[in-house]
Parts: sequence; structure tokens; C-alpha cells
Amino acid sequence: MTTVPLRLGRLSWQVRLRGVAVTVTGSALLVLLMALSMRIGDIEMTVAQVLAATFDPADAGHFVIMELRLPRALTGALVGAALALSGAIIQSIARNPLASPEILGVTNGASVLVVAGVVASGSAYGGTSGLLATLGVPALALLGGLIGAVIVYGLAWRRGLDGYRLVLVGIGVTAVFTNVKFWLLTVGDVNDTSRAMVWISGSLHGRGWEHVQPVAIALALLVPLALTGTRSLNALRFGDDTVTALGVRTNRARAAMILAAVLLAAVATASAGPIAFVALAAPQIALRLTRSAQPPLLSSAAVGAVLITAADLLARTLFAPVELPVGVVTAVLGAPYLIHLIWRSRK
Amino acid sequence: MRLQAAAVKLGYGDRTIVDGLDLGVEPGTVTTIIGPNGCGKSTLLRALGRLLKPQGGEVLLDGKRIDRIPTREVAKVLGVLPQAPTAPEGLTVADLVARGRHPHQTWYRQWSSDDESAVAEALAMTGLADLAERPLDELSGGQRQRAWISMALAQGTDLLLLDEPTTFLDLAHQVEVLELVRQLHHAAGRTIVMVLHDLNLAARYADRLVAMRDGRVISAGAPHEVLTEELLREVFELDAKVIPDPVAGTPLVVPIGTHRRS
Repeated sequence: MTTVPLRLGRLSWQVRLRGVAVTVTGSALLVLLMALSMRIGDIEMTVAQVLAATFDPADAGHFVIMELRLPRALTGALVGAALALSGAIIQSIARNPLASPEILGVTNGASVLVVAGVVASGSAYGGTSGLLATLGVPALALLGGLIGAVIVYGLAWRRGLDGYRLVLVGIGVTAVFTNVKFWLLTVGDVNDTSRAMVWISGSLHGRGWEHVQPVAIALALLVPLALTGTRSLNALRFGDDTVTALGVRTNRARAAMILAAVLLAAVATASAGPIAFVALAAPQIALRLTRSAQPPLLSSAAVGAVLITAADLLARTLFAPVELPVGVVTAVLGAPYLIHLIWRSRK
Repeated sequence: MRLQAAAVKLGYGDRTIVDGLDLGVEPGTVTTIIGPNGCGKSTLLRALGRLLKPQGGEVLLDGKRIDRIPTREVAKVLGVLPQAPTAPEGLTVADLVARGRHPHQTWYRQWSSDDESAVAEALAMTGLADLAERPLDELSGGQRQRAWISMALAQGTDLLLLDEPTTFLDLAHQVEVLELVRQLHHAAGRTIVMVLHDLNLAARYADRLVAMRDGRVISAGAPHEVLTEELLREVFELDAKVIPDPVAGTPLVVPIGTHRRS
């Protein structure tokens, strides 16, 4: 692969040209898609109308753009980037293209707690009581995601962390969580559970600035951390003895990167629900586009943001005025991709 | 002593493999550890390279406890090539060798001109410059082993531990790798410790042999002092004649056995 050294005094990096190309193209595509999603909806607007509405608080469309479409699109893009980044980290550490935050218990832990909250306290978005009213759905999801991750991590730890063991334990725990979730859905009141189902599918419906904020903050803090950890991530692909011999504290490096991945996935899930397949597919798409040996972090994030933005645009327009949860669209697009991936690795 | 094991107790979990072993590695020598399967020679090498934490005793690097020195600092003076190392699929030789620069890099200094020249030099020394862009899995066993040694060289350490660097190689490639090891020793006076299975090659290429059995050092010294008929019986339970190698004059082991072709 073509790499160029970039040197400034004592500072130096290796820049992979394809990585830069994919990230830049992805970002440009993202801007286009976001612009398109500003225009499309119940009220169609031209570019000029969108611009006027954005900057003029007195404009009739101001509320639609600034309170409905922009925060929704931003939540989607940020959640996509966070999920993809999380998936890229986990796939690198597990040395397995089928690993994702779902394997770490984050997604299903969040789902279990949200469903439990909804079933226990009466209503997902309306009048609430008890745990749900105190915490709200996003906080409950965040808590559930972190608890799920702690359970998987705790069970997988054996005097160190082995990527393969982590995946196996994760699959087991995920199966348990999934069944608890379905059990809760069957015992719950039908009105509550149908609302819970929308959340479980992953939806960007009605997302406002309060959903943008946490993901933006998480990304602002964790992207730099993840990027400084790229070197360890590269080294961790080798056997543990080789990595230790190179002066990497393997368990500490692995734990730090997994923590970053868990936080990213948990915050993303708290904002938009468990959107399927993005964390799994985006890093693998980025990997193939950049032709690198392991999922590239920044390119994955760009691909993830594009994927969700495009999927939400489809979810909003495909059967308008009926709106699909974005997670349904990503799952419909992602499932064939997953099969394709397994098919290829079989050969 | 560059590297020293003092009363080390080594094992995995409840299983103790080495108990109370002492060993010193003198600077500028090639030391080869020999012994039957399961005698603890690889375990000892892993402990010397701080890949395995001793359950008792201590390992000293230049007189300091190795586990008290930051692991990255250790990696700047001590390179370890583990047994049968594995690399990610599709990795090129140049990428592998570049990985050896890890201890010298930080997130803001990832590819300095020092890194570049160290990698080029390591590739040249191991005769891999022309194969730099080839994926590792396309190379022959001998070339691949040279690539791994090249990575350890790029690390720029003057102390190298090699765990069975010749396993899975045919005789010609074993000789090729050991000639390279000797050359590294000559060129920069590197201190090298390795584990080898082939006794004749061990005798030929080492300054010092260490013979182990059941986690203990039975004998250590120059090859002709260590590799005797009595030692082969005691350590390997092998009846053999030891004659001078007609090429190098080092001890040559000829097993007695019972089978003869008349």
C-alpha cells in the first residue's frame, strides 16, 4: 500500500494515501447526504430555502431545520461514526471480522434494561414512574450497556484477556440477554412493549440536540484516545509474546481500547437505540476500501456516518409518510452483506 | 553479566517447571541452551525476556531487576523472538520489520528517518531488501525466519533472545539462519541467547552451551566441555559417541542405537 512519511521536526507519521482518500470522500459524501436530508421531508425545501431557514430565526422553516432535521441528521451521523469506531476497535482486538459491540454485551445489556424499565414503569415516552422516570431511556440504556460490558469482560478475563475467549463469552452472554429481553416483552403490557420495540430496532425519530450532545462529547474525547492507541492496536495483532517483547503492556493496552469501544457503543446506543450491523459492517467496508490489513479507525468512522445517514434518508422517504426505524433499514442492508462476508471467508 | 537469572522459580499456574535456577549470560557471547523436550529451556528463555514473570527469584538485566524497568526501556536493549511467532495475514516483510521500531516510537513520532534507516539496514543485513514488499506468507520457511530476525534487528538491541529460530526449517535453511546469527554477533558484538534442538549445530554455532534437564542446569561452558558422552547419557539418556566435527573441530554427536546397515 502506498504510504507517505509526514515529518515536521521531531514529529513524524506515516500517512496511508488510500485511508486519507476514503476518509475525505466519505466526509464529502456525508455533507451531501446531510444537505439532502435537510431538504427532504413533509415540507420539501430548496437549498436556498434551507439556508434561509437555518440562519434566519424568523423564517417559517427555522424550527423544522434547527429543531427537527439538523439534530436528527447530526445524531445519525455521530452515532454512525461512534458505532463504526467501536466496531473497528473490537474487530482489531478480537482479530475477528465478525466481532462487534454486540459481542461485548453493550447493545443487548442496554436493550434489556430499557425494556425492563419500560415494562416496569408503564411507558417508554409518555407518563412514567419508577426507575424509568428517574433515569430516562438514554441513561437507562447507557447503564445497561456498561453493565453488559462489565459482565462479558469479567467472565472473559483469565489472568489476561484473549480475543477469542472474549468473542465466545460475548456470544453466550448475548444469547442470555436476548432471551431475557424477549421474556420481558412477552410479559409486558402490549402498548408498552410495542413502544419498546421501536427503541429496540434503533430509531432516529424525534432525536433532538439532547441526543446530539452526549455522542458529540464522547467522540470528541474518545477519537483522540483511539487514534493515539492505533499503534498498540496494530501491535496487538501479533501474538502476545511478540507484542510484549516490543515493550507493549498488552493487557493494559487492550483494556484501554476496549473501554473506549464500550463507551462509544454505549453512548451511541443510548442516543439512538441498538442500530444493527453498522458497527459490524462499516469497519469491514472501510477495510476493503482502504485495502489495509485491519479496520482503519478514521475511515471506518466516516463510512459509519455515511451508512446511517443514507439509511435514515431511506427510512424516512421509502414509505413516506410512514417512517421506518433506521435500524430496520441498516439490518436489511447489513444482513445480505454479512452473508456475503461469511461466504467469502468460507472460500 | 548482561542478563542473569538468580534462583528463579518458573511455571504456569500450579505447575512448576524450573525451581531455583541460576544462570548468567556474559556480554558479547552466543549462548545456546540445549536439553530434552519439556526440560524448561523455552520457559527459561521466556523469563529472561520478561515474557514470563518468575514465581520466585529474579531476572537481572545489566544488574537491575528486569520487572522494575519499564517494559519499553527493556525493549530498547533486549529483543526477543518467540517460538513459532505468528503474523497477521497478508502482512508484508517491510511492515513486519517496521514493527520492530515500536519501542522507539510514540504517537507523535511514528515514522522518523531513524526508523526508516534502521528498517532498511535490518532488511539489508538479513538479505531481504528485494523481498521487502512481498507478503510474509509467500516466503519460504527460511526467508520467513530471516524476516522475523530482521524485525528483532530493527528493534536495535544488542541483546537478542531467540527461541528455537530453526524449528520447521530444513537443514540448509537451519544453517542459513545460524550463519546469520553468527554474523550478527561478529558485526556488532551482540549478545545472543538461543534455544536449539540440534546438538551438532548448537556446538558449532555457540560460544557457550547450557545443558538443562528437569528445570536444572546440568552443565554449562564451552561446547567441548559440555557436550560429552557422559552428559548425553545424563541429560538426554542417549548413548552416543562424540567425535570432532571434521569441518569445524567442534564436538559432533553420533548416536549409537542398535540398527546397523551391514
